[in-house]
Amino acid sequence: MTSTGEAVPTEVGQARSNWPLFEVFLRSKRGLNHVHVGSLHAADATMALHHARDLYTRRNEGVSIWVVKAADITASSPDEKDPFFAPSGDKVYRHPTFYDIPDSVPHI
Amino acid sequence: MAGTGEEAVPSGQMQSGHGVDAGKLEQHFEETIARDRRIEPRDWMPEAYRKTMIRQIAQHAHSEIIGMQPEGNWVTRAPSLRRKAILLAKVQDEAGHGLYLYSAAETLGADRADLTNRLITGTQKYSSIFNYPTLTFADVGVIGWLVDGAAICNQVPLCRSSYGPYARAMIRICKEESFHQRQGYELLLTMMGGSQVQREMVQDATNRWWWPSLMMFGPPDAESPNTEQSMRWRIKRHTNDDLRQRFVDMSVPQAEVLGVTLPDPQLRWNDARGHYDFGQPDWAEFKRVIAGDGPCNAQRIANRRAAHEGGAWVREAAAAHAAKQAARAAQREAVA
Repeated sequence: MTSTGEAVPTEVGQARSNWPLFEVFLRSKRGLNHVHVGSLHAADATMALHHARDLYTRRNEGVSIWVVKAADITASSPDEKDPFFAPSGDKVYRHPTFYDIPDSVPHI
Repeated sequence: MAGTGEEAVPSGQMQSGHGVDAGKLEQHFEETIARDRRIEPRDWMPEAYRKTMIRQIAQHAHSEIIGMQPEGNWVTRAPSLRRKAILLAKVQDEAGHGLYLYSAAETLGADRADLTNRLITGTQKYSSIFNYPTLTFADVGVIGWLVDGAAICNQVPLCRSSYGPYARAMIRICKEESFHQRQGYELLLTMMGGSQVQREMVQDATNRWWWPSLMMFGPPDAESPNTEQSMRWRIKRHTNDDLRQRFVDMSVPQAEVLGVTLPDPQLRWNDARGHYDFGQPDWAEFKRVIAGDGPCNAQRIANRRAAHEGGAWVREAAAAHAAKQAARAAQREAVA
């Protein structure tokens, strides 16, 4: 284990370390988004799909699977107080509840 | 995210917190836990929390992987196609549980190959229960009923673990464990409706698995020094003794319906406490088995090691195939 998450070459584990990590996303049924469910190692994307099917859909949990190499994902910084999200913090007027409408107005 | 110098790696990487006030980070971590919010992989966390979580998740993963062996022993000798299909599905689930958990451990920076290595070299532990042998087919039923029943008691509270990926893996696992317990109990009900010899097999298996099942909750609270810290971090929600009591209270009426006797002369209902009183397992035996001197420790590790080493050529071939396909695809692209 290293702080970078890089594979540690070990005598028994070396071959496996060459298999990249894939993140798995499942659409549980038509009409819903794909949702991240976990990760797995595979030699390539085709094998990752097969492994994802065996690992994450043993009980009809999915009708569609996406796999993507973890290294190919670009993510925002993890801190939930990150200034990255600040622009949406002070725009209450983007929400319908910001506007006062008389009770007598129907269907709005 | 361009321009921040922040590398994007959703799993298996961590924040060092360099250059930021460590006290503030710790305070934010503590507040998140106090509000019963989840800690997510790339959040700052104390090193001790990270280490404890990696150890807890890895040991749990190893237990699921080794846990395939006791029952796997009966796959080829299941008495009917129905029982064989069920047993295969259950053993496959155990492999799946191990993989969900390894995946969760990797979000903390653990390396999969390193974890496997630690298991097969014996430097990381797994649950002592899997070092006991499965002598008859009734053991398959009793493992489902008692061992998976105890696992459910342990695992349901872990669905609210403060570490997000672990909690999410546990939700998935708990859903599947319910099938495990019910198939075992149904198997035993069927055997109890059979011949006298079959009923004796169920009683014998119950006698052998009852005490090791009670040991699955860990040592008594007085000898569990890490419990307090783990409860504060909300990676443990109940003490070992509380969970053990819950398991005993659940199991007694189930044994009655089944028609078996639990092998504890001290077991009786205590009206004042509203719980069953029960005897203590042999904790010296527990320590011996944990230390490596159980009936099957050496065999379990040897099997796992042989499977891993025997599979090396498959892993290498798959990697070679992937490299070849990638090279060909690149070549096609260059031509086109």
